[in-house]
Amino acid sequence: MHLEDYAVGDKAELGSHLFTAEDIIRFASKYDPQPFHLSEEGGRAGPFKRLAASGWQTCSIWMKLLVGFQTRLAQERMAAGLPVGRVGPSPGFSDLSWKRPVYAGDTITYFSEVLEARASDSRPGWGVLRARNSAVNQDGAEVLEFTSVVLVERRPA
Amino acid sequence: MAEPLLTFEDFAPGEVAEYGDWLVDRDDMLAFAREYDPQPMHLFEEAARESMLGGLIASGWYTIALLMRINCDHMLLHAASLGAPGVESVEWLAPVRAGDRLRVRRTTLATRPSKSRPEMGFVTFAFDVINQDGVVAMRQVNPVMLGRRDRSAA
Repeated sequence: MHLEDYAVGDKAELGSHLFTAEDIIRFASKYDPQPFHLSEEGGRAGPFKRLAASGWQTCSIWMKLLVGFQTRLAQERMAAGLPVGRVGPSPGFSDLSWKRPVYAGDTITYFSEVLEARASDSRPGWGVLRARNSAVNQDGAEVLEFTSVVLVERRPA
Repeated sequence: MAEPLLTFEDFAPGEVAEYGDWLVDRDDMLAFAREYDPQPMHLFEEAARESMLGGLIASGWYTIALLMRINCDHMLLHAASLGAPGVESVEWLAPVRAGDRLRVRRTTLATRPSKSRPEMGFVTFAFDVINQDGVVAMRQVNPVMLGRRDRSAA
């Protein structure tokens, strides 16, 4: 995919992920060891009333599923003889909201919708892709949203 | 806990604190990338050299995870933390690499009591993640929900 292949309003389903208690505790033990992310008992005593995933685990899984989605897309395009553009670094993101806790046993489905696709002012050959990313649980309730920015290669002239 | 919990009242706009000395471990950095961000510039030295940023670099989400851990060790595990509703912004300003030593400079930007939940308030911080050369590699701005000493939640 090159910058020119993205249109405002395009929305992709990136994939789904089951959050197990074991994975929640493993992530939190390393990177977010607050008691409400570390055990069922700690969860019950904390603000979420159950064992809940670190918000950063919810975000890291977005990244995992995005990379998987982009890899599948690239393979499909290669198989079809279409050009595959490179994805560059991201300068950051904004307006992230953890709208509801992600609990052990939840299956979360992630989406990405194009907000803007424009040429980069500072890097010739590259464009800036801005997207609204969201995730919903198995009941359809939104648990996460944020606005991402990433550099995407432009189609060679 | 031996020391008293930090609460909403303990923070005032304009205050700056520095803490942490986290050595970025290569194996942990690569394990994180394999599981959550398996892009070549985070996994393979060869591929990374040809990328825009040159050389193996940490996933930006790994830098965030390390900031979270440093904040837990130096603040949140000693505070009446009730979690965070979200993050205003994250800027990845310079690459983080294996072997870097990271510290955090925390600036308190604003404090605001909760209208709907009198037992807590919001404190908004800017967190700069700074490497051994004094370069700010990442800046994160977010509110944290903290319990109030004068209005016990219990």
